[in-house]
Amino acid sequence: MEIVMAFVIGILFMSATYLMLSKSLLRIIIGTGLLSHGAHLLILTMGGLKRGTVPLLGEEASSYTDPIPQALILTAIVISFGVTAFFLVLAYRAYKELGTDNTERLRGNEGND
Amino acid sequence: MSLLHLAILSPFLLAIFIPILYKLFRKVHTGWFVLPLPILLFSYFLSFISITSTHQTITESVPWIPALGVDFIAKVDGLGLLFALLITGIGSLVVLYSIYYLAKDKEKLNTFYVYLLLFMGAMLGVVLSDNLIVLYTFWEFTSFSSFLLIGFWYDREKSRYGAQKSMLITVFGGLSMLGGIILLYIMTGSFNISEIIDQAAAISTSPLFIPALVCILLGAFTKSAQFPFHIWLPDAMEAPTPVSAYLHSATMVKAGIYLVARMTPVFASEGLWLWLVAGFGIVTLFWGSFNAVKQTDLKAILAFSTVSQLGMIMSLLGLGAAALHFDDIDNSFFGAATAAAVFHLFNHATFKGSLFMVVGIVDHETGTRDIRKLGGLMNFMPITFTLAIIGTFSMAGLPPFNGFLSKEMFFTGMIRVTELNIFNFETWGMLFPVIAWIASVFTFIYSMILVFKTFTGKYQPEKLEKKPHEAPMGMLISPIVLASLVIIIGFFPNILSNSIISPALESILPNNDIDVHISFWHGFKPELFMTIGVIALGILLFLTLPKWRKVYNIFPKKLTFNRLYDSGLEMIQHASNKLTKTYMNGSIRSYLVYIFAFFIFILATTIAVKNAFTFDTSNISSIGFYEVLLALAVVIGSISILFVKSRMTAIILLGAVGYTVSLFYVLFRAPDLALTQLVIETISVALFLLCFYHLPKNRNEERNRFKLTNAIISIGVGAIVTVIALSAHSNKVFDSIAEYYVENTYTEAAGKNMVNVILVDFRGFDTLFEITVLTIAALGIFAMIKLRMGGKKKNENK
Repeated sequence: MEIVMAFVIGILFMSATYLMLSKSLLRIIIGTGLLSHGAHLLILTMGGLKRGTVPLLGEEASSYTDPIPQALILTAIVISFGVTAFFLVLAYRAYKELGTDNTERLRGNEGND
Repeated sequence: MSLLHLAILSPFLLAIFIPILYKLFRKVHTGWFVLPLPILLFSYFLSFISITSTHQTITESVPWIPALGVDFIAKVDGLGLLFALLITGIGSLVVLYSIYYLAKDKEKLNTFYVYLLLFMGAMLGVVLSDNLIVLYTFWEFTSFSSFLLIGFWYDREKSRYGAQKSMLITVFGGLSMLGGIILLYIMTGSFNISEIIDQAAAISTSPLFIPALVCILLGAFTKSAQFPFHIWLPDAMEAPTPVSAYLHSATMVKAGIYLVARMTPVFASEGLWLWLVAGFGIVTLFWGSFNAVKQTDLKAILAFSTVSQLGMIMSLLGLGAAALHFDDIDNSFFGAATAAAVFHLFNHATFKGSLFMVVGIVDHETGTRDIRKLGGLMNFMPITFTLAIIGTFSMAGLPPFNGFLSKEMFFTGMIRVTELNIFNFETWGMLFPVIAWIASVFTFIYSMILVFKTFTGKYQPEKLEKKPHEAPMGMLISPIVLASLVIIIGFFPNILSNSIISPALESILPNNDIDVHISFWHGFKPELFMTIGVIALGILLFLTLPKWRKVYNIFPKKLTFNRLYDSGLEMIQHASNKLTKTYMNGSIRSYLVYIFAFFIFILATTIAVKNAFTFDTSNISSIGFYEVLLALAVVIGSISILFVKSRMTAIILLGAVGYTVSLFYVLFRAPDLALTQLVIETISVALFLLCFYHLPKNRNEERNRFKLTNAIISIGVGAIVTVIALSAHSNKVFDSIAEYYVENTYTEAAGKNMVNVILVDFRGFDTLFEITVLTIAALGIFAMIKLRMGGKKKNENK
């Protein structure tokens, strides 16, 4: 399963990168969303998949799945949500102020450096 | 921490309190709070004379970075003490002078005195540190404080120009000196000067010896404004005059001379040292004095004069180094050249300091420093005039002032160069006395210009901004003290010889017992005739100055070093601007391309170099039906996002991928993740849709055309991540630390959900910071939505 996941992660990263390289702000933000999914799955896969039961002591199993990647990912999910929300509002405000969401048009002028 | 360290650091400590004192006591001139410190330090250092005059040294050490061999070693020996006395002595006088020079209500006195104190402390650090790294640190500190002081009147363009110029040149030299220091460390394994001197003979054959020598000399030459680096000093004259008197004539510019003197025992065995130091010195001497004559600004004359005098001291030091090559008979003589250097160093500080203050008075009382506007001030400022006479005559080398004595010693040194028979001096050495003599003629001329064009001749009141009158007494005290030193030392030079000069010589030329005795009358020797010749030709040329001034027009203006500096600076700015513009083009896409390309490059190289790619199918979990289904869903979802045109579809697909990922979490035994992901994904999609509602409709121009570079980079990133994921699974360098949590979750934190316990207990701070990040994001979002004043104004202006 880990090998399948490696390819799934690779494809997620690939799509994310392609989206982030496009001009539209919305597509860039969608790209960051995909990128964080990929990163989360990568962390989870690195820890090994299905190595035991759910990490709840109440299960009283002989082995548990590694809880550390899960703790890391939980933090990461929340942070990436914060970033996404921030970006979205930034894109919205940028459009309202500047009238475009095309990053090529959002470049600083030559004279304004 | 000894009293000595405290003395070095005390100016820094006082500097902290100056702004407070300035605010608290607005009615008192801040200078009065500063003045006691240099006086106290001066008397403290005076007490060391009894120790150093018996050729003893005091060393106090405080560990600073012991692991790197850097200790703050404060060492007082003859040479360091001479400088320390100059720094604190002239410092006291300059502070006193500045109290009257800088008006209390007009100038930003708090910053001025902070800068001045920073400089004083840094300079003391330079001359009293035995560790080269500490010395270098203080050295750069002097460059910074000099920069700040030159740019004190930062609203003037010339001040900013001069500040930047001095900074660029001296810091360039400083960096090269650091290189030299490191080379010395590589050769000797020590940063301590005394230890390096002990190994001087051993390292002289090292291939790094010459590079180290050149690097160190670059530092010294830039700092001491030696040709061709002298160009910063005249522009540094934009600083307030007390600063010019202090930094740019008496102390900081002599740091280079200090360094050369300090390093003489290390490098003097090399002929190149003699040639470079003496050669650059004599060229600077000539060039400075020659250029001083054509200046019309009083301070510019003094600046070039300082350049020239520094060159003179430098050349004497260079020749003095020859003493380390000879037996006892010649020693005494070349030692005398060094003695002349030390003596003149002291004399120069006295007469040049007083002259700067005199020029400051003239500037202050008349509003101009242009000699074409000045003249006939003798009747208005009799005391200032007298002081000017004493200073300039000493500078010109006339008896009975101290400048005469050191100039005679200088001539003696130059004449004896011709007798040297090492390092090709027998062929080229003849040039030294000739250049020295010509330069002395020019020195005489500009000295006369300085005093007579200002104080005699026709009084031109219509050209002056103010009606001239004698300066207040407070302003005159400092130059009077210095001028009286000029006379006293002129008559009784030997009060210095055993207390100051001889111990300093001991530091420059160790183990050479040199008897220093300075006398007025040497008999009818060539030196005397040289002086008489200087005076005769000098008077003649001074009187006929208008006739031969054209000489200065011969030099094409395009070929000056200033031009070279300016155009060089411009070219560098232009080129770097161009270079930066090629890659910093303002397009976020380009930046992301750089980031991703670098990401691929660095990871691929690392994997290739470390041979890290392994593929291990053992210890692998089974593939279930549902998992394959989910994997397919993620793959199809994420790839189709790339090709859909509608934003709505893209957002829905992103949501679909997100929900699939949360199902993955369910299958991979991570219920907490699944729950969180479900909630977050729902909110995210809602947010996306909200945002989508406000964003512009799809127009033709926004069609997503396929781009090859983007595709290549994306595929590269995907591939490298896959490789990493595979290798990460196959390589297990460490065992997981999960066992610890399994065992301790209940006993330590009384919780049964391991993931939760890790988040809120074991790694509680992580969660705290996570919340902080969310708060910051929330604040940012709030600000962006609510605060739109600036934006509206902008739109209205359009």
